[in-house]
Amino acid sequence: MDKVLQEGSYVSMAGKKSNSTASVSPSNLVSRDEALAYYRDMLLIRRFEERAGQLYGMGLIAGFCHLYIGQEAVVVGMQAAQKPGDQVITGYRDHGHMLACGMSAREIMAELTGRIGGSSRGKGGSMHMFSKEANFYGGHGIVGAQVALGTGLALANRYRGNDQVSVAYFGDGAANQGQVYESFNMASLWKLPVVYVIENNQYAMGTSVARASAETELFKRGISFEIAGEEVDGMDVLAVREAGARALEHARSGKGPFLLEMKTYRYRGHSMSDPAKYRPKDEPKQVRDTRDPIEHMRQFGLAQGLFTEDDLKSIDRDVKEIVADSADFAQTSPEPDPSELMRHIYVDA
Amino acid sequence: MESALSIEILMPALSPTMEEGTLAKWLVQVGDTVKAGDVIAEIETDKATMEVETIDEGVIEALLVAAGSQGVKVNTPIARISGEDAGSVQVAPPIATPAPPPSAPRIAAAPVAAAPLADPEVPAGTPMVKVTVRDALRDAMAEEMRRDPDVFLMGEEVGQYQGAYKVSRGLLEEFGDRRVIDTPITEHGFAGMGVGAAMAGLKPIVEFMTMNFAMQAIDHIINSAAKVHYMSGGQISAPIVFRGPNGAASRVGAQHSHDYSSWYGNVPGLKVIAPWDAADAKGLLKSAIRDPNPVVFLEHELLYGIEFEVPEGDEWLVPIGKAKVRREGTDLTITAHSRMVGFALQAAEELAGLGISAEVIDLRTLRPLDTQTIIASVKKTNRLVTAEEGWGPMGVGAEVIACVLDGAFDWLDAPPVRVHQKDAPLPYAANLEKLSLPNAADIVAAARAVTNR
Repeated sequence: MDKVLQEGSYVSMAGKKSNSTASVSPSNLVSRDEALAYYRDMLLIRRFEERAGQLYGMGLIAGFCHLYIGQEAVVVGMQAAQKPGDQVITGYRDHGHMLACGMSAREIMAELTGRIGGSSRGKGGSMHMFSKEANFYGGHGIVGAQVALGTGLALANRYRGNDQVSVAYFGDGAANQGQVYESFNMASLWKLPVVYVIENNQYAMGTSVARASAETELFKRGISFEIAGEEVDGMDVLAVREAGARALEHARSGKGPFLLEMKTYRYRGHSMSDPAKYRPKDEPKQVRDTRDPIEHMRQFGLAQGLFTEDDLKSIDRDVKEIVADSADFAQTSPEPDPSELMRHIYVDA
Repeated sequence: MESALSIEILMPALSPTMEEGTLAKWLVQVGDTVKAGDVIAEIETDKATMEVETIDEGVIEALLVAAGSQGVKVNTPIARISGEDAGSVQVAPPIATPAPPPSAPRIAAAPVAAAPLADPEVPAGTPMVKVTVRDALRDAMAEEMRRDPDVFLMGEEVGQYQGAYKVSRGLLEEFGDRRVIDTPITEHGFAGMGVGAAMAGLKPIVEFMTMNFAMQAIDHIINSAAKVHYMSGGQISAPIVFRGPNGAASRVGAQHSHDYSSWYGNVPGLKVIAPWDAADAKGLLKSAIRDPNPVVFLEHELLYGIEFEVPEGDEWLVPIGKAKVRREGTDLTITAHSRMVGFALQAAEELAGLGISAEVIDLRTLRPLDTQTIIASVKKTNRLVTAEEGWGPMGVGAEVIACVLDGAFDWLDAPPVRVHQKDAPLPYAANLEKLSLPNAADIVAAARAVTNR
């Protein structure tokens, strides 16, 4: 038997937390292929980000560079719940989302190094990448802007009468921006197909949620807009997938937006230049030792007999190769030709 | 017979810019006793239908203006009642108008000098029709919405209310609420949603009740719309039009009178249009809607009610990026956009009386600026006056002068002069507002200075 039951640990609905860890639904079933894919996708993000950090240290990547290490289960779990055609949009901590959407490690890494092979031809950088093919709409550097934009993607879905849902990610910091609530209001008013995913990694740059938010249970932030919310263990890819599936189904079926608060954690600083002195020194280590999403998946899969150490070794090798190749490409792809400076300012009418 | 205590009820002004209106309907007749708060009449302007209430008690002695009278000037006595106190009227909030008023009364709020030059872009034999700027804008949207199912309108009061300035009158009825979307008062949010929908390939028209409110949304206009094509290396674009009235209206105070021409004109990735007459309003808005780039379309409240000739038909397109020589001349060049074009033409007329021949260029598009037309003109006239309604520093005039210095420095016979609003927030007091805003006399004075006459 290649399917096992996974406990769904989630908190349901606006207002109250419930401890219904016993809740089990068919969507909790995970196959060997799925388990391996989630493990692989999370590991790819982890290894990619580690390499990006290394290239940053070598001076090959510049500017702002926000790493996703620690939060991998969120995008991988959500992506697993999405249907082809669903759009994704996020803020500036976007490398993981792009990899999860299926953009190539090469085009992302080459964008980080500012080369012509980058997804935005070197003109966007870490915070500004897009892919129409992968339905990835950026990559936005203004905190909270992606929430209104993502709601607009949902408006377009509604306008066209298609079956797609827009998934708009934002952080606990963005959750305090005014336009988020303007968007919530219109999304709920017009029952737009959008799932809002708050990636609560507990720190908005250096400010903890408790120091910035009057209501720290961010899944409740939709209550006065009639948007149901759930708190989800964002370190557990299967819990994310299950909650994501429910939220997406809600939005897709015409019931309007849904809010998921992913409790997650970033191991690194806010950006490469952040020593993260605002949190206890051993806090990242503690989270890493006890809640790491990749390790969690590894142990779960091994314990359930979904895969073997050999399976994982093979994945580790593949991932290593993809990342090494992307780093090579990012260093050998040429810088953009000077003519690129004045290209793509306007679409030719 | 008129009682000694009788009082006149005057035609009320229902908006800052209203000068006249239609007395649509009397709700009382002679002999009726009225008390404070009674609705006595309905008045239609091109913006709304309003109820007129009396504040006083008495008996209606006479109705001085017949129901259905159009063009009743503000402050004209419309009725007389016998009463004990001095009479006055109160304007009630607008009532729902199921059908738009049949004809839009004209408002003569700005000087309109007839353009002496035939429009070179109108094919010979095209019939011309008289249309207000307001209706020209509406026609442009309606035609483009008929033509392209991806075009839709969103904004505050664009649907059921028929537009805060009645620019979207009738669109909800024709296109339904899927394509004419009333938004809550959340400029930042709905501008962002418009850009998101544009990124997904739709072609939204986002109406701001005034461009002043777009300041809440300017992040999305600039950071999201203007930059996304570049930031994505050409993969994603935002074909969207942001439009609404820009600049001064009539005594609406500092926060409702800002001219944003130079703000948006500064931003690569945006196209910025500021038309004067109805033909350009229509032809340029249609071009803006068809343009695959984000366009900021700056209208002017004081132009909405003015009629101009517009070529008939639904294929009237004016190219973006092309200025228009409104009047030919030889002694100096005057550049202007939006409402200042009317003043520039008026000034040119006055200057002609002084023996000074002024060429008037209507910039129409501020980005990309038609530097060729400006430079060619200055090479001919050797002198330049720039006119804009907004502030001078870092302004449109400064940009025009820089482009002339760049392209026609050796042809200049005098330092160019800028005409613009005084460098202060726009005051409310009538006299101060008038002092602050530039007008035809200012342009005449500047023209005389540069020509030394």
